[in-house]
Amino acid sequence: MSWKRFLHRKRSDSELQDEIEAFLTEETADNEARGMSPDEARRQARLKFGNAQKVRESLWMQNTPQRLTGIARDVRYAFRTLSRTPVFTIVAVAIMALCIGAATSLFTIARSVLLRQLPFRDPDRLVMVYEHHRGAGENPDSRYTPVAAADFYDWRSKTHGFEDMAAITYGGYNMSGERSELPESVNAAAASWNLFPLLGVQPAFGRMFTEPEDRRGSTVVMLTWSVFQRRFGGEPGIVGRQIHLNGTPFTVVGVLPSWFTYPNASIQLWVPYQAFASPELLQHHDWNQSQVVARLRPDVSLESALEQVRAVQYQLHVQYPHDPVSDDVIPRSLNEDLAGNVQKPLSLMLSAVGCMLLIGCLNISNLLVARGAARQKEVAIRSALGAQRIILIREQLTESVVICAAGGLLGIFLSVLATRLLAHAWKGLPTAQGIYIDGPVIGFACVLMFAAALVAGLLPALSTTGKTMLRAMQTSPRTGASSASRTVLRKTLLTMEIGITVVLLIAAGLLLKSFLRLRSTDVGCVTRNTLTLFYGVPGKKYDTPEKVNAFNETLLERVRAIPGVRAVALGNTVPGAGYWGDMVFTVKEHTPLMPGEEMPDAAVRWADPGYFTALGIPLVTGRFFTNDERGPRSYKVIVSRQLAHQYFSGDNPIGKHLHVPAHFHPGMPNDVDYEIVGVVGDTLYQVGKEPKATMYFPILEGDQNGVMLAVHTASDPLQFSVPVQKQIASLDPELPVANVLTMDQMIGESLGDVSLSARLVLAFAILSLILAAVGLYGVLSYLAAQRNTELGIRMALGAQRDQLLRLMLLDGLGPALFGLGLGLVGGIAATRIFQSMLYETKPLDPVVLSGVVATLLAVAILACLAPAWSASRLDPMQALRNE
Amino acid sequence: MGKKNQPDSEMLKGTLDMMILRTLVGGDAHGHTIAKIIERTSEDVLDVEQGSLYPALHRLEDRGWVSSHWGASENNRKAKFYRLTAEGRKQLVRETSRWRQMTRAIGLVMGEEGGAQ
Repeated sequence: MSWKRFLHRKRSDSELQDEIEAFLTEETADNEARGMSPDEARRQARLKFGNAQKVRESLWMQNTPQRLTGIARDVRYAFRTLSRTPVFTIVAVAIMALCIGAATSLFTIARSVLLRQLPFRDPDRLVMVYEHHRGAGENPDSRYTPVAAADFYDWRSKTHGFEDMAAITYGGYNMSGERSELPESVNAAAASWNLFPLLGVQPAFGRMFTEPEDRRGSTVVMLTWSVFQRRFGGEPGIVGRQIHLNGTPFTVVGVLPSWFTYPNASIQLWVPYQAFASPELLQHHDWNQSQVVARLRPDVSLESALEQVRAVQYQLHVQYPHDPVSDDVIPRSLNEDLAGNVQKPLSLMLSAVGCMLLIGCLNISNLLVARGAARQKEVAIRSALGAQRIILIREQLTESVVICAAGGLLGIFLSVLATRLLAHAWKGLPTAQGIYIDGPVIGFACVLMFAAALVAGLLPALSTTGKTMLRAMQTSPRTGASSASRTVLRKTLLTMEIGITVVLLIAAGLLLKSFLRLRSTDVGCVTRNTLTLFYGVPGKKYDTPEKVNAFNETLLERVRAIPGVRAVALGNTVPGAGYWGDMVFTVKEHTPLMPGEEMPDAAVRWADPGYFTALGIPLVTGRFFTNDERGPRSYKVIVSRQLAHQYFSGDNPIGKHLHVPAHFHPGMPNDVDYEIVGVVGDTLYQVGKEPKATMYFPILEGDQNGVMLAVHTASDPLQFSVPVQKQIASLDPELPVANVLTMDQMIGESLGDVSLSARLVLAFAILSLILAAVGLYGVLSYLAAQRNTELGIRMALGAQRDQLLRLMLLDGLGPALFGLGLGLVGGIAATRIFQSMLYETKPLDPVVLSGVVATLLAVAILACLAPAWSASRLDPMQALRNE
Repeated sequence: MGKKNQPDSEMLKGTLDMMILRTLVGGDAHGHTIAKIIERTSEDVLDVEQGSLYPALHRLEDRGWVSSHWGASENNRKAKFYRLTAEGRKQLVRETSRWRQMTRAIGLVMGEEGGAQ
């Protein structure tokens, strides 16, 4: 109501004027009727009415909320003061824009990834269920074990706490069109038929999978929106048509909506769960390859629903004592499941940006304190004239609010751009929730803006207005007495600023060092001049080991013949390219494991005879594979040094047997013994991860369809990518090739996110350093100006210029040194928080710490030198005459 | 505020609103009429200060006790007419009874039998 009045007050004023006019006319007419002359009648009417202006004013006031006029006046006043010092204003607004923009961007990402719910039906009732080994560590890698298909089917049929459960597993296909379009290898996911109904996802075109379609050998497929647009031109007619996956025709039954990028945007196709699966996969309780999404029943608590699943799982564990069947289950929220790896770096970056924001506030606070000095007289006079302190404080706060609001608006605008860039650069970021700025984010930015304004403005405002009137009037720059407390305040602010900067610098230095360590990690094999590429021979065309081997060996022969190629390795993967998979085993010659004892496991690799030589993995004892270890199973295995150490401590492992109970070859007998023929050097499956015991099997057994070719070349490996691909195309033009990268590129890519977080924190730290330097410079220039007269007198009395220089420098360096000390203590405490993100870098790394100290001192001296220098070059006459 | 008012004609604070509402019971009226009616009914004891009449009218309108519309006065001049709303009528009843209580109480204190009325 009052707002309406406020907004309409112009109109109501003009109405009032009409009304007054009407009154006067009536009254005049009455007076004329009483026999007055027209002039007299009019005059009497006016007399009777009194002061019309006053009536208008009082109505105007009545229509205007008092507080509003006060604020409007303060804002006008703030604008006027700020526009008198445009440089200060621009610097302050720019600082705030940067700080608030960066904070808003990171908050947008944090909110999108960690807080925003996935766009599914009733997302709070959805939960991921993982298997879990009791006694597994807190590390997420070992805590959440993927689910075995057979376990999943038991859970689904034997428990009732969940409305439904769906399983997802991942893989890839060679996709080719009906009319021999370019082949392409794509990431695919397989989901049990009920996944999409469970999530509440409707197809954009066509339909979902049906229950009967979820069976082995099923040939239906759903497209995601991205592949539908990219490869099929967004033509809905594709529904019902066929595409070729691994040479088999699949019918497209539906297209998923454009917003559906769960679990990540790289998945292009969805097939029914069992279409992927071998019969073994569905049978065994220790083939942990799936994820399970469950929807809780509304009337059941998560704990009691899980309790049922836990009971079923424990039953299975007891039922198969010789297999590594998990004994427990564990829930995980969908968001956390997707965010897993980004949570830590994200919170680190959020804290870094928070520190930067705080430094920005302190800096503006510092600048405002300096300005306060200039206005001290004005403030004193006004309070002498009766201005209340609260009003003066409000007035000065308005100034910082105006700065922060302008900076904040600019910052929000900046963060729209920055968020997009950041989300693009950050490969591991889950995008299923959509990363965008929404209402709460804007709200967050506004809260930030006002908090910053309060932090930046309150201290200066309190310090300017706190003086008793008399003291304020008495002070003059000549005595410099008034500035003492303000100088202390400014130095304190500066010390805090420098302290926080040091914390940031330490964090950035450690992350950078850790990243450089990662970069230079030796993965245990040759990475220079090595080209890797991935191809898969379709199982339909290459249906026997002989055919597969024939293709691979011919290709190896031809690639070796390319001039400049030194050696070629063929395996299912190469070191540094990822985990790939593991298997449990026992040693046949050792005493059997006690019941309940954990079975050892090792990473699994397949390798051709030339693999180790080509990649430069050294032979420790025994021999490599030979060309005879092929076809009908040879049952030979090569182990890594670590495996030999861990499980054959002291003994010679050659000739011993690894017993592998798992069932990883379709159609292969279970429980097979493999003879160890060689021990090779250790390699890392991924840079930054602990090395793992590894076993290698001969790839010439011919049952690996997807393989990685590594070509060691004499010169720039990328020049060989086209010749090698041509050789593949000449053997089979329908074969797609993927991930053509040098090994250095591949390892670099796997470190992309680490380098991103290191670089971002470094950027924040450098910005903070610049802010701190500006603050230092500002404080010292201010001090120098304050002491102009004093310095002049000192000089007149015979002080040398270098004495004055030293005096001023020490004055400025005091807070720098104090802040440095505080920052070192704080930084060392803070490193504990992100210690787990560091790789082979101790939190108290001497190189980093001394680097930080040296950088800060150098910057501090530089920032102090300029004002100190100009103070020492002062002309004493000039200085003394100034006042 | 009012410079030409005698002290005894100064209206009790808050009674102007009530009197305006009372005046409007007789039908729609514009500001001039309202002032005249109050003055005449009070046998010219009360002198309505224009400086408070118009703000009061607007205040009453804001509270929804009166509504206004532009119309022609009895002399066929353009004037803003005020009309009592249903809410205003209720308010008038409330205020009148409060007023009665008050005057009776004051009357009792001043030693008049049965209050002022």
